[in-house]
Amino acid sequence: MPKIEFSQQLIVAVVFVLLFGGLSLFLPGFFHLENMIALLQSVAILGILGLGMAVIVIGRGVDLSMIAALAIPSALTLQLATSGVSPVLAVAAGFALAAAFGAVNGWLIAYAEVPPLFATLASGLFLAGMGQAWFFSIESVPLPDALEGLRVLGRGQTAGLPNSVLLLLIMSVLVWIYLRKLKLGAFTYAMGDNPRGARMAGLPVRPMVVLQYMMSAMIAAFAGLIMASSVGSMSTRIFNSTWIYDVILVVVLGGIGLSGGRGGVTNVLIGTALIGTLLNGLTIMDVSFPVQNLVKGFVLLAAIVIDSIANPRNEETAQQGDI
Amino acid sequence: MTLPNESLVRLRYRLWPDHVIGELLSKPWMETAIPVLVMILVFWGMAWMVPSLTDTGQLAVIARDLGETGFVVLGLAIVIMAGGVDLSVGSIFALTNLVALLLMHKLEWSAPPAIAVTILSGMALGAVNGVLIGYVRLRAFLTTLITLIIFRAVYSLAIAEYSMDIAMSLPDSTTWDFLGMGLVWGVPVNVWLFAVVALFLHILLTRLRPGWHLIAIGGSRRAAYNAGIAVPFTIMLTYVASGGFTAIAAVFFSSKLASTGSDIGLGLEVTALTAAVLGGISLGGGRGSVTKAVVGLAIVLVVTNGMTASGASGGAIRMALAGILVLAAVFDIRWVKNRHRIIASVYVSPDYLYLPKPPSCEPAPGNVWSVNDKLRAVEVIGLGEVEGPEDVILDRNDNLYSGSRHGDIVRFLAPDYTKWEIFAHIGGQPLGMAFDKDDNLCVCVGGMGLYMVRPDGEVVKLTDETNRSLTSVNDDSRLRLADDLDIAHDGRIYFSEATRRYEMSEYAVDALESRHSGRIICYDPRDGSTKTEIDNLLFPNGISMCDDNQSFLFAQTSAASISRYWFDGPKKGTIEVLLDNLPGYPDNINKASDGNYWVALVGMRGPALDLAMRMPGFRKRMTRRLPFDEWMFPNINNGCVFKIDLTGKVLETLWDPQGVNHPMITSMREHKGWLYLGGLSNNRIGRYRLPEGEGAPDYVHYERRWGKKA
Repeated sequence: MPKIEFSQQLIVAVVFVLLFGGLSLFLPGFFHLENMIALLQSVAILGILGLGMAVIVIGRGVDLSMIAALAIPSALTLQLATSGVSPVLAVAAGFALAAAFGAVNGWLIAYAEVPPLFATLASGLFLAGMGQAWFFSIESVPLPDALEGLRVLGRGQTAGLPNSVLLLLIMSVLVWIYLRKLKLGAFTYAMGDNPRGARMAGLPVRPMVVLQYMMSAMIAAFAGLIMASSVGSMSTRIFNSTWIYDVILVVVLGGIGLSGGRGGVTNVLIGTALIGTLLNGLTIMDVSFPVQNLVKGFVLLAAIVIDSIANPRNEETAQQGDI
Repeated sequence: MTLPNESLVRLRYRLWPDHVIGELLSKPWMETAIPVLVMILVFWGMAWMVPSLTDTGQLAVIARDLGETGFVVLGLAIVIMAGGVDLSVGSIFALTNLVALLLMHKLEWSAPPAIAVTILSGMALGAVNGVLIGYVRLRAFLTTLITLIIFRAVYSLAIAEYSMDIAMSLPDSTTWDFLGMGLVWGVPVNVWLFAVVALFLHILLTRLRPGWHLIAIGGSRRAAYNAGIAVPFTIMLTYVASGGFTAIAAVFFSSKLASTGSDIGLGLEVTALTAAVLGGISLGGGRGSVTKAVVGLAIVLVVTNGMTASGASGGAIRMALAGILVLAAVFDIRWVKNRHRIIASVYVSPDYLYLPKPPSCEPAPGNVWSVNDKLRAVEVIGLGEVEGPEDVILDRNDNLYSGSRHGDIVRFLAPDYTKWEIFAHIGGQPLGMAFDKDDNLCVCVGGMGLYMVRPDGEVVKLTDETNRSLTSVNDDSRLRLADDLDIAHDGRIYFSEATRRYEMSEYAVDALESRHSGRIICYDPRDGSTKTEIDNLLFPNGISMCDDNQSFLFAQTSAASISRYWFDGPKKGTIEVLLDNLPGYPDNINKASDGNYWVALVGMRGPALDLAMRMPGFRKRMTRRLPFDEWMFPNINNGCVFKIDLTGKVLETLWDPQGVNHPMITSMREHKGWLYLGGLSNNRIGRYRLPEGEGAPDYVHYERRWGKKA
């Protein structure tokens, strides 16, 4: 008899099915096509952010600055376009800012050896503060007419599916190719598994770290554009929200161990589906924002407790000062 | 030959204490000096840009902030020093603030129990973090990030419920008002309390066991666990302390403002974290102090208050804080990583030393130093069985003792010395040895101090510290390199410490440095006291008592000289140079059967090194630019044994240029017509049969020293 492995992925999938089924049965208004599409749309951006975070976490890092990288570069794009810069240049400027920001993160972590949690917490605050202090005079930058073409990202539909969901799928395929088909992806897994070993084997660990944080920042900026196009504006205060924890939740719940080297795109999608269902259910039940946070907090806590049991930290490869 | 500007060089090295820089840099408190300097610069710069900052009113605001946020920073500092981090302090602050207000405003408790319950609730919230991180072993950063959300959500729900009640009533308590607004001698009351708590915490961390445990866990969690420290419990306590301290801050805050705004404590963790890291408390643990936390917070407060006063936006202040945070973290991490390299490159500080041209050792009639090969045929004892017998000694039953680099005292049994046993294990590197009147073997142990081995093999520590000298920057009370000893008739033990600047393994660096950093120390068994007898010697080494019971001879290896010191009698305290400008570096000195003294030369001088000794700058460049194993060191492969009398006249020399049977000589001991030889890097002991008529066939040092025993 073949042994059934109770991987976290499987458990989460089962929990998802149970939750989904339960909500469908007992929560009126949940299992409707419209709600399903709304659900998918609401988690598409979360899923895309989760993909970026997954790349980082697999390489044994974490990026708390993703929300800042989502908000500020895309708001810069909107602002530039509003002030008459050509749309292409505005988008390019946004992505250039994200890339530079990611490179700074990567440098801090790879070369200055600041712990990733700490470096990205501070750099995220820095970027958000910089946006508020230097770039924008208003808290919410509206989508200008010049960028009307972008609206197709967030609001359009193709063959009945919202474009944002389609973009999530496309991004998933791209990240899957990166992780599973490219040499760089193999490097990422090797680094996450054992950074020192990877370095001794001659992998370019430090440039890889910089590349990963640049990727996550640019993925976040892309998600920001989708969000701006669907909402019609970009709030620069969004950084203060607890959204980043949702992203971590997606990744950890999906079964990508925080100690790195494990998991893949499937895990992100499963995690996204679960969190999307949970949040959607809570929203339909008209649960207040603090209570939603409370529920998310406890779910995340449970997730990392399970994670620490399923993926015990290895004392040999854990870095000194790994907090 | 004189070198250009040699007298200037000599003067410069006599006047300027080069070694102080390296010793200062290796002081732990030097790390606090950098943040203090930054604080002064920042305050000066801010005061220049924002003149209103130095108004008494503004300073009082900063002081009150310091006495409030300071508690949070202290709590966070404790957590970070133990290797964790607590991001939930902002939310705990908000929640405990609410608890205090509920108790005082709504339930109308009196102030003392309300304060106690508030602090307890903060500790309970901290305990949640503590259990999860200490016992469940979750990651501190993520866990406290999650509890941050949870506590904040609870706070948001609670203020929706109670904020009206709190705003409706006012507590009638003078204690409560005093906490919020009171001044003692013009200074806010919370600043006084903060000063007391900070002082207590400083003592706890630096002087008491719990503090040491905490730092040890931060330094290496696994090592602390293996050392038997209750790691999970201590880690939990750090979070409880963090929660409790945060609650104290909340008590002052609530008594001052009675506010239930939704943004209370928001971002407090970033301010506190910035303060701690800026002060130099390393993320990851193991390094930090209360002073650092306070200094870091002072910088942060000056910056934020200064920026607010100059009308900067919230975004700009957050940006500045985050920027400072990252820069401080980068600087701290680079500093921790490269500190030992910086210190290593400045610590070695060669001194000027002039040695005249040494006497020739070429074979020539009338030259007492003429090289011969008398020691070529020495017998070998214990080949391959003993490692590093620096000194050898025989008891009155003819058994032979030597130290070993494993920290053992090895005993070779009479009469043929083929059988041996481990007589005692001390540790360190046993060097010079001497028997006292009661057959106890007193041993100088490099790296440990002065020890005694009883005849039954029991090891007793005699002393491992002496009085600290006032002018030394290094704490020189602890013995680093006790080298050789002899025992006066009244039982006082005089022993040499070769250097106070280097460990046993680095003794060659001290020889290269040739700084007067050695000393001779006296241990008095009658009252157990230890005090430095002669200071500032050049690698003092061998010691041998003279027959007058008032003086002893001692060798200074780097100075290539032998001196006599009177510790008693009319000439008490005087030093006379008996013999200088030896052709090599003298090591141990021991009594010969004819009343004269045997001296070992551990190595021979060479003209290149003699010249280098007159060029300290050259040696400094060498230590900076070349790897350690390419530095010039004294030759210690070849030497000799010679005999001197008390007038300083060299009577005879024993050489072995080939060094096949016994390569290196650091010590020799005469016993019943034989001369036993030891060498620090040898794997054997040598013995040389003294020719007829030269050695007394019945000479036993113990009996000559302490008299015959039954």
